Amino acid sequence: MGDNFVPTAADMTRFLPELILTVIGTLIMVLEPLTREENKSRLGVIALAGLVAAMWGSAVAAADPGTAFNQMLIVDGFGTFFRFLCIGVGILTVLASFAYLNREHANSGEYYALILYSIAGQCVMVTANELIMLFIGLEISSIASYVLAGYLRDDKRNNESALKYFLLGSFATAFLLYGIAWIYGGTGTTNLTEIHRVLTNRDIAPLAGIVGTSAALMFVGFAFKVAAAPFQIWAPDVYQGAPAPVAAFLSAGPKAAAFAIFLRVYLTAFDTIADRWQPIVVVSALATMIVGNFAALQQSNIKRLLAYSSIAHAGYVMCAIAAHSQIGTQAVMFYMVSYAFMNVGAFAAVTHFARQGERYVNTEDLAGLGVRQPATAALLTVFLLSLIGVPLTGGFFGKFYVFKAALDANLVWLTILGLLNSAVAAYYYLRIIVVMYFKEPGDSTANLQPPAMGIQAVLWGSAAATLVLGIFPSWVLDYAGRSANLVK
Amino acid sequence: MEHASQQLWLIPLLPLLGFLINGLFGRRFPNLLVGLIAVGTVFGSFLWVVKSLQALGALEHAHVEHYYTWLESGNLNIGVDLMIDRLTAVMLLVVTGIGTLIHIYATGYMSHEGGFYRFFAYLNLFMFFMLTLVLGANYLMVFVGWEGVGLCSYLLIGFYTLKKSAGDAAKKAFIVNRIGDFGFTLAMFLMFVHFGSFDFKTVFDKVAPMAVEQTAGPLTWIALLLFVGAAGKSAQIPLYVWLPDAMEGPTPVSALIHAATMVTAGVYMVARSSVIFLRAPEAMDVVAVVGLATAVMAATIGLAQNDIKKVFAYSTVSQLGYMFLACGVGAFSAGIYHVVTHAFFKALLFLGAGSVIHALEGEQDMRHMGGLMSKIPITFAVLACAWVAIAGVPPFAGFYSKDEILLAAHHHHPWMYWVGVATAAMTAFYVSRAMFMTFFGKYRGHHHPHESPFVMWGPLAVLAVLSLAGGWYFKIPHFLEPLFPLAEGAHDETLVYISVAAGAAGIGLAWLFYVASPALPDSIANSLGGLYKLVYNKYFVDEAYNAAIVNPLVNGSRSLLWRVMDAGVIDGAVNGVGSLSRSIGGFVRLFQSGNIRSYAAWVTLGCVAVLVALGMAGGR
Repeated sequence: MGDNFVPTAADMTRFLPELILTVIGTLIMVLEPLTREENKSRLGVIALAGLVAAMWGSAVAAADPGTAFNQMLIVDGFGTFFRFLCIGVGILTVLASFAYLNREHANSGEYYALILYSIAGQCVMVTANELIMLFIGLEISSIASYVLAGYLRDDKRNNESALKYFLLGSFATAFLLYGIAWIYGGTGTTNLTEIHRVLTNRDIAPLAGIVGTSAALMFVGFAFKVAAAPFQIWAPDVYQGAPAPVAAFLSAGPKAAAFAIFLRVYLTAFDTIADRWQPIVVVSALATMIVGNFAALQQSNIKRLLAYSSIAHAGYVMCAIAAHSQIGTQAVMFYMVSYAFMNVGAFAAVTHFARQGERYVNTEDLAGLGVRQPATAALLTVFLLSLIGVPLTGGFFGKFYVFKAALDANLVWLTILGLLNSAVAAYYYLRIIVVMYFKEPGDSTANLQPPAMGIQAVLWGSAAATLVLGIFPSWVLDYAGRSANLVK
Repeated sequence: MEHASQQLWLIPLLPLLGFLINGLFGRRFPNLLVGLIAVGTVFGSFLWVVKSLQALGALEHAHVEHYYTWLESGNLNIGVDLMIDRLTAVMLLVVTGIGTLIHIYATGYMSHEGGFYRFFAYLNLFMFFMLTLVLGANYLMVFVGWEGVGLCSYLLIGFYTLKKSAGDAAKKAFIVNRIGDFGFTLAMFLMFVHFGSFDFKTVFDKVAPMAVEQTAGPLTWIALLLFVGAAGKSAQIPLYVWLPDAMEGPTPVSALIHAATMVTAGVYMVARSSVIFLRAPEAMDVVAVVGLATAVMAATIGLAQNDIKKVFAYSTVSQLGYMFLACGVGAFSAGIYHVVTHAFFKALLFLGAGSVIHALEGEQDMRHMGGLMSKIPITFAVLACAWVAIAGVPPFAGFYSKDEILLAAHHHHPWMYWVGVATAAMTAFYVSRAMFMTFFGKYRGHHHPHESPFVMWGPLAVLAVLSLAGGWYFKIPHFLEPLFPLAEGAHDETLVYISVAAGAAGIGLAWLFYVASPALPDSIANSLGGLYKLVYNKYFVDEAYNAAIVNPLVNGSRSLLWRVMDAGVIDGAVNGVGSLSRSIGGFVRLFQSGNIRSYAAWVTLGCVAVLVALGMAGGR
């Protein structure tokens, strides 16, 4: 046993992305005091390079799949897929942040380092094969996100957002940890494969209460992180208060990682009691869609609106989880990719538009954007149409697959109600388009500068990705399909 | 017989190319070049359609071209497949042919408007989606076109961007169509569950051997849900409300999208799915009754409108009702026949109306028109052709198709025939009324009417010829016979005379009211009082929808989700849990809403619920 604790070369290779991210993050922290104020954005360029290197690292790790560190990590197609996704979200976020940080005169290395750390945590999460590892990854990711949410220390909204996120987040993770303790008590292991084996081989009748309770407690933790009802309540306040690029990051990266662990734990460890958790997921999915969509109808603050919309989208994804099948897993994976692009794109547009101090974040402030900045308005329209789910955008196929998976699993009513929900959702996205194109341009658009380079890159790149996902979905879908087979 | 590939993809791709060029660079081009690109690409599609049809010959069987496997996952395999059969051929010719004419007309009509390039970019994009819709060989391709035309319709209705009513109308159209799309999507999913495919051929081959469903089964459900989609796109009860408002868009848009092509997509889809519908008689009855009811209701509303475009808009809704009546009684070919003839005369009516509006510098109210016959004679002449066509005067276009529909309705249920005849009389009345108010009597406005340029009346002349001779020349039902066998039953001459007489009566009555004794309509309106008001206000349907659906939804989500869920339930629960958290209240009060503790309580409550459901209650 002893020599197993010395990591082998293979272990290190499989851990490469996390290593790169941590090293570069620390490097940025070291360079931070040595960098002059006006050169701080160079640290962002280093972060960008680090993320690209981590992408490469993920590819290297994926070439030699298997477990690492005594089966604590598992590098499989599923984990690699989400590693790519989380790192990709990181790249978009850093690109969108340059302009924001310059504008707020808050350019500093710690921002970029925190993003890298958060992503390192997400990479650990998505490849964790063991509950303690999973928890550690979640905490690394979350603690960095808490700080990011309150990045502008002097901004009241940032403070409020961070504190709420932190207090409620720790509260919810406590449930997760408690759930881990229960399952360890019941089965004597925290390894997902082992738990699955124990629950399959043994007659679980005497364990039923313990396993069920554990699943329920962990559900609370996961549902909180993906902002699913009834644990979605923090999301609107946090997204609204956080800096816009951070809100983009939170709504895509950590959420994708949380869905990944949700799937992995429920489809491996708790696979055998699927008939018990499935109804809960169905009810939660339904409630999430309804709360998200109907509350979004009322919002006038565009960040808050996007927060509720992201809750609604979590609800759609939950439908695919409820399907409890490989097709469902594939659907979740595809959805998270298309969602990441359209949502980060929309938030990037908001980042651009809000201007210094985020003064312009009401939907009405967008009046006349279609006249003043046709390109920005058109790109935002692409993201909104994709969020609605119009064909030839990624959002359409995302929804298509999610509901197909639910239907394959005979969840007919969930599918019908989900489709109805997505019909309602058109209303509030469309309102933004109407304001952009059909409202007289007002003061809010009068002195709007053209978008900065980084934001331009995010807008165009995300829009292109959104359309490619809608026109050639099989590129990503096939890859997701090959990776959707979770090791049990 | 297998034919070589006809490169059908070129047909939709040409307008897409026009969209890309005009959309990306059009701002820098002179209007003439923009117009040339837009018209040229659509006309190119038309030529390619003609060429392909000639090469394919008699088209005894569907010609399918597979280009690319769009999606392949598990049991699902969807290709980018295009298909031509006789039904598609008819639709293609109508869409590209009329499309070209309207594009030419629009270069004249829009010449004074801002955003010229944007207009034509959207119009070309519309053509791309519409052609995808009719060419698609599986339901998903059709759906892509379906949503796409909806999107373009949205963009074009709201083309006059700074007009608030235009924005509202555009939004309404989009949202009402979303409701229809919801039905369409459900139908597709159901189809997939039962037949494992979206391919026309695969699905229809599996449906063909199935028995006719005496009581509602899966086929009936699929058919009904498809019809929900069709009702949204083709403006049938209860989803018709968006179409009259859609007239906020420029007139060529009303002609192309909201009269000749897009709104007939629902009829096309029902006819395309005839194999399914024919095995679901209950669904067929629903289609027939809804179609007929829409025809009657919209015609009555049309009787009392004063805005010339509104009259024609309600007329379109009513005529679409006729087409669904035809499909519902099993006469699909008659329905498509009417699609074609209606495309001729309704496009002409709208474009003619546009010419009148153009002449009067934007005036749309018929009360401020009159006596224009001598002032814009060409417009009058072409509109007169559309007039006789829609009124069902033999031997013009509308007569043939309407006649087919009414005979089929009589064969199905005689009462449907009689209601249809009454509607035909109303149709003749409101169109004649519009013509008399516009062109006869004395001029009541204060503009100086001027005739439209040749680019505008040229296309009108072509459409006028088609409206006069198109019904007689194009024997659509005969052409479609391999797809839709003609209904048996004798051709009853008496029934034909009755319907023609009804049309004549409508015209005569309108002449009496609006030419012979113009005081009569007002006194009748006064004596009818309430009834007139009801019709004039379109049965208050919009108001009823707002009161019954829109407001409760919006307000309900405000009060229920906002107040009750966020404030009531949570805070209430917290007040119950109470004093424990109050001790940290001073700290929490620093925050604007001060409800972290209530959020935490909410999390706890949720956790208890999940625990009970999963942990305790689930023991097997």
